[in-house]
Amino acid sequence: MPKTTRFDTLTLHAGARPDPATGARATPIYQSASFVFRDSDHAAALFNMERAGHVYSRISNPTCAVLEERISALEDGVGAIAVASGQAALHLAIVTLMGAGSHIVASRSLYGGSHNLLDFTLPRFGIETTFVDPRDLDAWRAAIRPTTRLLFGETLGNPGLEVLDIPRVTELAHAHGLPLLVDSTFTTPYLIRPFEHGADLVYHSATKFLSGHGVVIGGLLVDGGRFDWDEAGKSAGKFPTLTAPYAGFHDMVFAEESTTAGFLLRARREGIRDFGACMAPMTAFQILQGIETLPLRMQRHVDNTRRIVAFLAAHEMVESVGYPELPDHPDRALAKQLLPRGCGAVFSFSIRGTRDQGRKFIESLRIFSHLANVGDAKSLVIHPASTTHFRVSAEDLRAAGITEGTIRLSVGLEDAEDLIEDLSRALHAAGKA
Amino acid sequence: MREVGGASVYAYTGSRAFDAALPTIVFAHGAANDHGVWALQSRYFAHHGRNVLALDLPGHGRSGGKPLASVEAIAEWLVALLDTARVERAALVGHSLGALAVLEAAGRHPERVEKIALLGPAVPMPVSDVLLDAAKADDHLAYELITSWSFSAGHQLGGNALPGVWMTGNALHLMERSRPGALYVDLLACHRYAGGLSAASKVRCPALLILGQRDLMAPPKNAAALSAALADQRIFSLPDCGHSLMTEAPDAVLDALRDFLRPQAPSQLSI
Repeated sequence: MPKTTRFDTLTLHAGARPDPATGARATPIYQSASFVFRDSDHAAALFNMERAGHVYSRISNPTCAVLEERISALEDGVGAIAVASGQAALHLAIVTLMGAGSHIVASRSLYGGSHNLLDFTLPRFGIETTFVDPRDLDAWRAAIRPTTRLLFGETLGNPGLEVLDIPRVTELAHAHGLPLLVDSTFTTPYLIRPFEHGADLVYHSATKFLSGHGVVIGGLLVDGGRFDWDEAGKSAGKFPTLTAPYAGFHDMVFAEESTTAGFLLRARREGIRDFGACMAPMTAFQILQGIETLPLRMQRHVDNTRRIVAFLAAHEMVESVGYPELPDHPDRALAKQLLPRGCGAVFSFSIRGTRDQGRKFIESLRIFSHLANVGDAKSLVIHPASTTHFRVSAEDLRAAGITEGTIRLSVGLEDAEDLIEDLSRALHAAGKA
Repeated sequence: MREVGGASVYAYTGSRAFDAALPTIVFAHGAANDHGVWALQSRYFAHHGRNVLALDLPGHGRSGGKPLASVEAIAEWLVALLDTARVERAALVGHSLGALAVLEAAGRHPERVEKIALLGPAVPMPVSDVLLDAAKADDHLAYELITSWSFSAGHQLGGNALPGVWMTGNALHLMERSRPGALYVDLLACHRYAGGLSAASKVRCPALLILGQRDLMAPPKNAAALSAALADQRIFSLPDCGHSLMTEAPDAVLDALRDFLRPQAPSQLSI
């Protein structure tokens, strides 16, 4: 049998070796903007992709490279690029694949920032998006146009936790010669590896569960390496950024340069080079530290979440709880199939009563922190309608399952009993308000 | 894209037009691979005064046709490709199965070959039953076994010199893209090839053997007889390297090839 290294070991070791210069066991933070050339020929060869190595930390950096290999190993991809944020990862994926006149079909249940980029910002640059109900495969199909270049969704929709049917959406995408990009921020590779279900590109806001402690902003874009960017009769002609000579890099044809990693090459040689949203090496180090404990943390996140979900679902002040493992969630069966380890630690619920009672609930919490983030070791709470989704129209809010009473929790690693007592106390206060 | 033997042939050229005035280097990949395994090395030579033809062998990558069933057939195909490209003499560089084909071509057609570089060669190159059986069944296990055996223990966990690329994942997914049955045909060609020492005895050009000290697919000891049979050979041995030499040690491989393939004055040519 093949000797393959298992997931938990990869979280600690993939991409890293003891430092050959010093013997340091931890990955060093290569806090250097640039790297010395051996001679003029070496310099020219590095610039022209004839030799492997680092030139300038906007393009690549040794600490970031360890992180890029690690997430690739965990996702079972061919490679990755570390970028400044999750939003930078989404932007890099899109601009690597398409330009003005192109079209995206996206789930309507997205993080508010992603929705904003697609709905308001990218149209200014000639890229249009059609939003669809992620559960409606016919809607995905109907939205595809001749100019469509990408299908995009989140493993777990935000904030309704719609489970993206990656196998079926992928099948549809590939039938049209299109790739599927998946935001797996809520799930991490511990809960699902989208490439195993057919997705072609995956990105993370590593700010969340991957780093895990709410101390950095970073993004990771991973290439599965399976998509054929030049398949006759399907994708051929749709992705000239990858299949036609690029004057900006000596007429390189990226998909010919590497059969598996052409997308990554273009993203690094153009996207990071020209748009410049790179990750700092200190950030990469901190995310690596987080990933080292990813399996332990994610399991605890899920265990705590399950207990809190059960508590809330039985509470008289709670109108509804949206978690895909609950019997009334429409994606329960799909979640069982795609997310057997659990559906993450971010979910929403609605409390009965007025908006003021909702505010009283949030302001009565003592352990849960009221802020705009998820995936911290500490438990967090927010009111989506007035914060993360405040730019979204009322109609789209309803479509995404968000009401005035919707509260989103990100369950941390505290003792679950303390979290339940905190929630119980706040619900009681809201009930009396 | 040209045709050889009625099937289209793809050759990566480093985005450079062919220049008849320049010397030519032909790169031949191993089982279920394609031209991309030579990306860094082939691009270097393409931008340093050489014509580069980094091939997709028949039935592989972007080339048409079916995989050729024997090392001898691939060797003849390589020479036919030189004919089509109107290249009188070329340096041939091969990896694994490609190395055997390069060796055979140099033995059969010494007048066409300026130098040969053989990476991860072994003569003979037996393939285990478990791998052959898995490949015959198009079982994914075959790709997993090769990936597991092709990288040294140190490189199984990464540490790629090429930033951001996960070596074993990239190797695995490249093989996954090969056509059904291609890996089995390739491995069987390696397994059945018996003419290596005979071909080596007929080689008249300088030969470079690049060996990985940790190579489990083609252990360096299996290149000893080959080395002894070559009249003009040198060995470049890479510590902490397995069979995926071009990926595991891209710069060292390039440096070895660059030194070996350095153009010589006409009076110094070996033929």
